[in-house]
Amino acid sequence: MAEVKLMKGNEAFAEAAIRVGADAYFGYPITPQSEVIEYLMTAQPHLTTGMVVLQAESEVAAINMVYGAAGAGKKVLTSSSSPGISLKLEGISYMAGAELPAVILNVVRGGPGLGTIQPSQADYFQAVKGGGHGDYKMLVLAPSSVQEMADFVEDAFDAAFKYRNPVMILSDGVIGQMMEKVIFKEQKDRWTEKELIEINGSWATTGKTPDRERNVITSLDLDSHKMELHNHKLQAKYKQMEEEEVRYEEFMCDDADYIMVAYGSSARIAQKTLNKARAKGIKVGLLRPITLFPYPTKVIHKYTERGVKGFLSVEMSAGQMVEDVRLAVNGKAKVEHFGRNGGIIPSPTEVLDALENQIIK
Amino acid sequence: MDLKDIIKPENLVYTKTKNMTDKELSYCPGCGHGTAHMITMEAVEELDITEKTIGVAPVGCSVLAYEFMNIDMQQAAHGRAPAVATALSRVMPEKVIFTYQGDGDLAAIGTAETIHACNRGENIVIIFVNNGIYGMTGGQMAPTTLMGMKSSTSPYGRTAEQNGNPLKMTELVAQLEGTYNVSRHAVHTFKHVKKAKKAIKQAFKDAMDKKGTQVVEIVSNCNSGWKMTPVKSNEWMVENMFPYYPLGQIKKNGVLVNNSKD
Repeated sequence: MAEVKLMKGNEAFAEAAIRVGADAYFGYPITPQSEVIEYLMTAQPHLTTGMVVLQAESEVAAINMVYGAAGAGKKVLTSSSSPGISLKLEGISYMAGAELPAVILNVVRGGPGLGTIQPSQADYFQAVKGGGHGDYKMLVLAPSSVQEMADFVEDAFDAAFKYRNPVMILSDGVIGQMMEKVIFKEQKDRWTEKELIEINGSWATTGKTPDRERNVITSLDLDSHKMELHNHKLQAKYKQMEEEEVRYEEFMCDDADYIMVAYGSSARIAQKTLNKARAKGIKVGLLRPITLFPYPTKVIHKYTERGVKGFLSVEMSAGQMVEDVRLAVNGKAKVEHFGRNGGIIPSPTEVLDALENQIIK
Repeated sequence: MDLKDIIKPENLVYTKTKNMTDKELSYCPGCGHGTAHMITMEAVEELDITEKTIGVAPVGCSVLAYEFMNIDMQQAAHGRAPAVATALSRVMPEKVIFTYQGDGDLAAIGTAETIHACNRGENIVIIFVNNGIYGMTGGQMAPTTLMGMKSSTSPYGRTAEQNGNPLKMTELVAQLEGTYNVSRHAVHTFKHVKKAKKAIKQAFKDAMDKKGTQVVEIVSNCNSGWKMTPVKSNEWMVENMFPYYPLGQIKKNGVLVNNSKD
């Protein structure tokens, strides 16, 4: 029988990490995501599954611990919030370069700088467009419920190991802190070293045995020709993600004249706006991108072909995702942004006003 | 007797460890890194732990250590090797983990990771090659650059007012509860090489016995960065580096060694 629990999003992420059979978590406290490490420390998974949980001396150390464990082929996670993620970006770039799988949760808070501890979605560019140095991409999943904070842990690991690439779960202070019902899957066993090699091939640094050459985890190649080929290989992976991993959810888009595009907690707010607008007779739909990279560009393009008149990107930022909506619409319809900044959460009525004044009028 | 009569398998007295690859070392002729690599890999072979040893290379001259050490290795971001090694040791406690780092990597950008890995008493070996300069990037000042010493970023010589005093990182980490054996060596003479190798072997043994963090510093030369001939650089090292970075045991079996002369 399925186990239903009432939990914060951060706690659901932590519980799901244990249940998916993760080998290790390395983190550093920062609001509004400290419940992740607090939950794991309290749960003591080293006594049950053998999962290692360690509080690092900094976000920088934590992400490099993730690098080390990932390089040993382990299922490893970290979590942080915006300023801490900025510190982790160097390590994320190294992991993308060295082709290491890992799951990174960002429970976004308002910025820039130390900003605020209140919710925000202002790290979209950072997550989706690279963030760290070099040409790399992360697959980015955007949960909009506590259930998805749990479910996306397994999805993220599957993609991380499929592509040998870091995967980010881009959440926000609302989803991390709010409590909802959540149903967990059964506890999975951690991979043994034998299973790890069978499932993923023998690339990890588990100790050089006589039957193989040494394994090396590095993002360095001083030969530019080789480094260009390596870049081509990485770009081919990102291309494959665009072809195979796009996920989204549509609400009443089939007959819509106007479409709101929103992810994460903004999508929850936009659902209320949708109900209010439909009650007023406005034919509006909602597209909720679940993957932010790869982006549901094709489905937005399909709406423009069908003659949708306008798009409103609803984000808790000054307008970041709206650029991807504009790229997908490619000038064929009106695209506007509505958002609040600095930790303010927009109300459904505000969004409805924006829809009526910026798009429909 | 002809030379051909001497070069025979039965007369072989030394062979290169199979834990070193055949790749030509990228280090400058005269540099101590090659010897430090070799004794580290010989120690791994002699302890018969090749199959369970994982090394972590730094950023700096030895960034390509994994090209020469024929074992599983990871290349860490600048200064982060102790964090990478921490994770490797935690997720694979049955394996033997070491870092190989230079002074810029370990004592400047990686100071926090070094101190905290040592303070947690991670069961890892840290091999710290200190040549008092940033060799890889072309001879800039390091935290370990001696007072008055000229480098490309201290062209008139290091001063305490401008740069502070040279950092004795090894003495510093010896103060931490988590370190077990901490010692300083050199590899410029056969006698010193033997001692250094013995310390490295002991460090691996103690890490396997989960006795905490083992730190072996090797004071070395940088003839290119110091702009000297290899021979001159070794003489300069003995005359100038050794007085400030004295060789010997700093902490033995978890107890600080009293090295005071009085």
